[in-house]
Amino acid sequence: MKNKLRPAITLLALLTLFTGVIYPLVVTGLAQVVFPHQANGSIIIVDGKVYGSELIGQQFDNPKFFWGRPSAVGYNAAASSGSNYGPTNPALLEAVHARINALKAADPDNLLPIPVDLVTTSASGLDPHISVAAALYQVRRVASARGVSEAEIRSLVEKYTEGRQLGFLGEPRVNVLLLNLALDGIQ
Amino acid sequence: MNTYSWIQLGFYFVVLVALVKPLGSYMAKVYQGERTFLDPVLAPVERFVYHISGINPRSEMTWKIYAVAMLMLNILGLIVVYLLQRLQGILPLNPQGLGAVSPDSAWNTAVSFTSNTNWQGYGGETTMSYLTQMLGMNVQNFVSAATGMAVLVALIRGIVRHTAKEIGNFWVDMTRSVLYILLPLSLVLALALVSQGVVQTFSQYQTVSLIQPSAGNEAQVIAVGPAASQIAIKQLGTNGGGFFGVNSAHPFENPTPLSNLIEMLSILLIPAALCYTYGKMVGDTRQGWALSAAMTVIFVMVLGLAVWSEQRCNPVFAAIGIDQTQTNINPGGNMEGKEVRFGIVNSALWATATTAASNGSVNSMHDSYMPLGGLVPMWLMQLGEIIYGGVGSGLYGMLAFVIIAVFVSGLMVGRTPEYLGKKIEAYEMKMASIMILVPVVVVLVGTAVAVISPAGKAMIFNPSAHGFSEVLYAFSSAGNNNGSAFAGLGANTPFYNTALGIAMLFARYWLAIPTLAIAGSLVRKKKVPESAGTLPTHTPLFIAWLIGVIIIVGALSFLPALALGPIVEHLMIFR
Repeated sequence: MKNKLRPAITLLALLTLFTGVIYPLVVTGLAQVVFPHQANGSIIIVDGKVYGSELIGQQFDNPKFFWGRPSAVGYNAAASSGSNYGPTNPALLEAVHARINALKAADPDNLLPIPVDLVTTSASGLDPHISVAAALYQVRRVASARGVSEAEIRSLVEKYTEGRQLGFLGEPRVNVLLLNLALDGIQ
Repeated sequence: MNTYSWIQLGFYFVVLVALVKPLGSYMAKVYQGERTFLDPVLAPVERFVYHISGINPRSEMTWKIYAVAMLMLNILGLIVVYLLQRLQGILPLNPQGLGAVSPDSAWNTAVSFTSNTNWQGYGGETTMSYLTQMLGMNVQNFVSAATGMAVLVALIRGIVRHTAKEIGNFWVDMTRSVLYILLPLSLVLALALVSQGVVQTFSQYQTVSLIQPSAGNEAQVIAVGPAASQIAIKQLGTNGGGFFGVNSAHPFENPTPLSNLIEMLSILLIPAALCYTYGKMVGDTRQGWALSAAMTVIFVMVLGLAVWSEQRCNPVFAAIGIDQTQTNINPGGNMEGKEVRFGIVNSALWATATTAASNGSVNSMHDSYMPLGGLVPMWLMQLGEIIYGGVGSGLYGMLAFVIIAVFVSGLMVGRTPEYLGKKIEAYEMKMASIMILVPVVVVLVGTAVAVISPAGKAMIFNPSAHGFSEVLYAFSSAGNNNGSAFAGLGANTPFYNTALGIAMLFARYWLAIPTLAIAGSLVRKKKVPESAGTLPTHTPLFIAWLIGVIIIVGALSFLPALALGPIVEHLMIFR
């Protein structure tokens, strides 16, 4: 038993050194040199001003902005979480109703069907994207709130639509933060 | 299901299968002590490790000594992870100034990471300092994965060798697993993930002002950290413990569909390739392919159920006019708790892969799945995570089922059952039965205790049948070392931390030790020459028989419990 203790302790210490110290440091070093933008959180900086991260959504409920996915944590990027509501939970239905009402109140004459991702919370609470359908649903509202033509807003949505990666991976989507920045003339 | 859904599912399988043979034969070389292309770099490091630790790589161990060595390394690791959490407040590399973790949570997490479960009662970014994540979680991600692989390799040696005593040297198997397999793969994967946007930094959390500030909500604090290095090994080592609270649903942990694809491939990569390693080491690759064929058949069946269940409309939502139809601009389906960039198919595929393996990482919230969509991951865990399964542990769990299948078929035709030239007798059968029954007992008894005790019931989040599913899922996960959750359950309480901690310990070591015992018994036996009465174990007939045994055992054990949870909930929605 005792002659197993020394290898156990030294091996754990060495493996800690390799996998817990050297490995993360090497990855950090390489990442900071080769991919510094990504490694530090894909932060959006325009003219020296910091606007957020390309990958982390923000809360929008003003009619002149596109709204992102509902978030269970109000886009708190230091405490990610989903809602964890089960499909039969009455609280889920209630929350979805409230979101539908908010969308209708901001744009009463919109007769398009509401895409599911616009009224359901994301897994992370930080989803930076909405579906293309969810963006198109909001074009009318944003255009009238800003007093510009729908065609202008729609072409901006098209510009910020990301296709499937490599042509077939994932879903086509719109980055809400980048789109809203573009609406405010920040690109 | 549209064309893109099919293409993505098909592409995933093609890439996975293409990687099995090269990685599998490389790992066989590593475990047989042969020269590999990494030797020029790693052989000196390996020799250095043995020299410092006083390990003689040529001296081998009996199964009992092998088990003692395994337990000692794991217990030491458990103590270190516990102490790191309790002391992180006074230790360095803690830019957020996070305090000590509570004793019950620290115990739960220490067991969780040493047992390759990575059940997380805590949220990473709000609880653990960078130092704890690196020296605690990260190290155990490697050590626990390598432990599973070592135990598997010892079992394979038990099958291959005859009239011998020793089944290898645990220290050597550990060292070679980490140095030659886990570290190089992790390094490559971590950098690939950073290229997609996974963070890797030691700076403190970023604060940014909001585009649309509101009263009391003017800035956003964005958690960052050395995430990529941990995410790579948590995927590869079937660990699953996320850097951030929501695991691979977090945009910094899994930013793009491509990062999602490679993380999903990493879940099953080593477990699937180990089947080939197995075939190679027993000298008949057909044996390995047969096992992976059985795994794949079950995987595809339940994957179909999961994708179908999540992609179809929730009738409750359809009734209020929400558009859930899948089109080229709308992912459709059940998007509650899912990310737009992944959509339905990548979420359901991940959920299936992560529970088929004992990974337990998530890219969507399983608690919000439709009843049958949630049943799939639950049942895959309850089968014992042998559909590819954990690194090492999946295959040795599968071999326990093989022993049962061989034994039962032997009884049917009235011959002494044998497997790969070794007689399967009462001792092996007892050990295999322990391996299959212990998790069943842990899951069902644990669930029963939780749902009749006030402390267990108090933390249930969703009402009615779904609440029961939360508890059943938690014990299925802990009792099979998975680590995923129906995360609504408030599991960070003394009751659940303690109960699930015990479940994880049982599930890990009461499987690993009987596995080594089987290895120790088989290694002593003579090799029986193949005869006309030998049941070939690589044929479609045997594969079908094996699948049957797995499904019958899994269904009989858990159907009553599943009927009370997801099945009744399904019937409530779709009357």
